[in-house]
Parts: sequence; C-alpha cells; structure tokens
Amino acid sequence: MESNVLVVDDSAAIRKILQRVLRQTGMAIHTIHEAGDGQEALGVLGAQKVDLVLSDINMPKMDGLQLLASMKSSAIWRQIPVVMITTEGGETKVGEAVKLGAAGYVRKPFTADQIKEKLAGILEPALPL
Amino acid sequence: MNVNSIIAESISRSTGQVFSTMVGVEIGAGRPFGENTAPQANEGVVSFIGLAGAWAGTGSLSCSPELACRICAQMLLCEATAVNEEVLDAVAELTNMIIGGVKNDLEQHVGPLGLSIPTVVYGRNFRTKSAGNTDWVVMRFQWDEEILVVKLCLEPKEQAAHVFLHTSPTQSCALDV
Repeated sequence: MESNVLVVDDSAAIRKILQRVLRQTGMAIHTIHEAGDGQEALGVLGAQKVDLVLSDINMPKMDGLQLLASMKSSAIWRQIPVVMITTEGGETKVGEAVKLGAAGYVRKPFTADQIKEKLAGILEPALPL
Repeated sequence: MNVNSIIAESISRSTGQVFSTMVGVEIGAGRPFGENTAPQANEGVVSFIGLAGAWAGTGSLSCSPELACRICAQMLLCEATAVNEEVLDAVAELTNMIIGGVKNDLEQHVGPLGLSIPTVVYGRNFRTKSAGNTDWVVMRFQWDEEILVVKLCLEPKEQAAHVFLHTSPTQSCALDV
C-alpha cells in the first residue's frame, strides 16, 4: 500500500531535497505534503491522510517538539510515526524527542541512504513494475 | 585546549562534511585566523546564526552572489542565475547545518547551546557588527576560484563566573579563553 508523507521544515531547500530523496528511496509513496512549521503541519494533518511525518526540530511559530507533543496527545494522530530530521546532536532535544515518542531521528547533513535506512522499517517498499 | 582551536577544527570538519554530503563537493580549507569585532564592510551574501547558553556568540557565512547561486544550484539540482528567495534559503540552511555541526562539537566542552533561526543578508557596501568583545575565528574555503568564509565568535556569558572556575581551587575549567 502506498503511503502519504508529510515533510515539515522551515527551509524550502530542505523540503525540496527531502522530496527528491524520498522519491529515490524506492519506498511506496503516493503523496508528499509539505509544511513550513508545526502549526502549518497540524493544518495538513487535519485535512489530509498522513502515514508518516518527517520533521525538523528548530522552527519558528511551533517547533518540531511541540508538533510531536501535539500529535502524541491526539487520539487521531498518536499512531502516526514521526521521524525528526535535525542539526541537533545534543542529548537534550533529541532525547526529549525520543521521550515524547519520536520513531527516530536523522542528523543533518544527511545522505539518501541514511533516510532510506531510517524509513525501511516504517514504510513499505514499492512493488516492482 | 584553547577554545579557538576547537572552533577552528570544528568549522573545518563541519563545513567539509556539509559540502560533501549536501552539495556533493570536496571543499578546500585554508588556515584559521582571528578577526576583530570592528564593523566590516561587506558585499554579497552574508548569513548569521546565534548561539546561546553558558557561552554565547554568532556564526556567520559569507560569499559572492555567484557562489551562493552555485551552491543553491548544486544543492537543489536546479538552475540559479540570480540571488532570489531560493538561493537565500539554501544559504540559510547551509549556515544552519555548518554552525549546527560546530555547536554539537562545542557542546562537549561548554555545555548545552541553543541555535537561533538563521538570517541572510544580500547587498552591497553594508557593515555588520557583533556586540560581543571576542574576536572571530575565521576560516576561508575555496571552491575553484570562489571563496566561502565561515566564522564564529563565542565567549562565556558570565565572564565573572568563568574567572571563578579558573581560580577556584576546587574546580577546574577545561578551556582557556
């Protein structure tokens, strides 16, 4: 079954790179939605069916940790896996994300292989043509 | 170990890694040098990102408009012939990743640091000034004929508290300032 992915990052450059990388992973992806911050992401989640969220941590308005906390406190969105993609390498923010229920994290800068590896257990591979 | 040596090593490592991974280029690093905080005349694309914690400071990248466009084109696999929103966004994200990497290295020595959202400026003959008193640690990187400058200044937020750490007979500080 094909999945819908939501990419949340205040950088349009990173959203564009992740769109490209996600299409290269060979995973069964139907639609990739985008949001520029946590607030916008909640709007997308309310309007679209989303199977996976890839989110930055440091963002204006609502950051990735606040988005994650909102999702995990919601009966509807609690089950959606959230992978954090961040420059943060310190224990503090990454540890907080894991505590809040993040499915994992990828450090920026990232390679396509690192993204693919992280998503391997979460998304299904695309069926061969 | 001297904090400026740690910053220089970290800028070199982080810039090399970000360029290699996100831009697909091996970039050559020059020798680090110090630069005072007097206002500098600038031209081209300059970005800033703040660091805050027990130590505080600013990280900065600067380059020509041509190099900014080249970085954007290579990073996003698109055409970039003039400095537009997409180019400035690519430079902002590059700053975030490079200085973010330096921040992660520095945290092992100075404790947790927060990173601000980057700001990018593009123009001619403008001056920038950091309100801090510490000199910048500056490194130049070369991509063919183009130069990218990465610099960072960092100082203890509470100088007095740091002096106490240096002089206290019961506590030691790993860093010279």
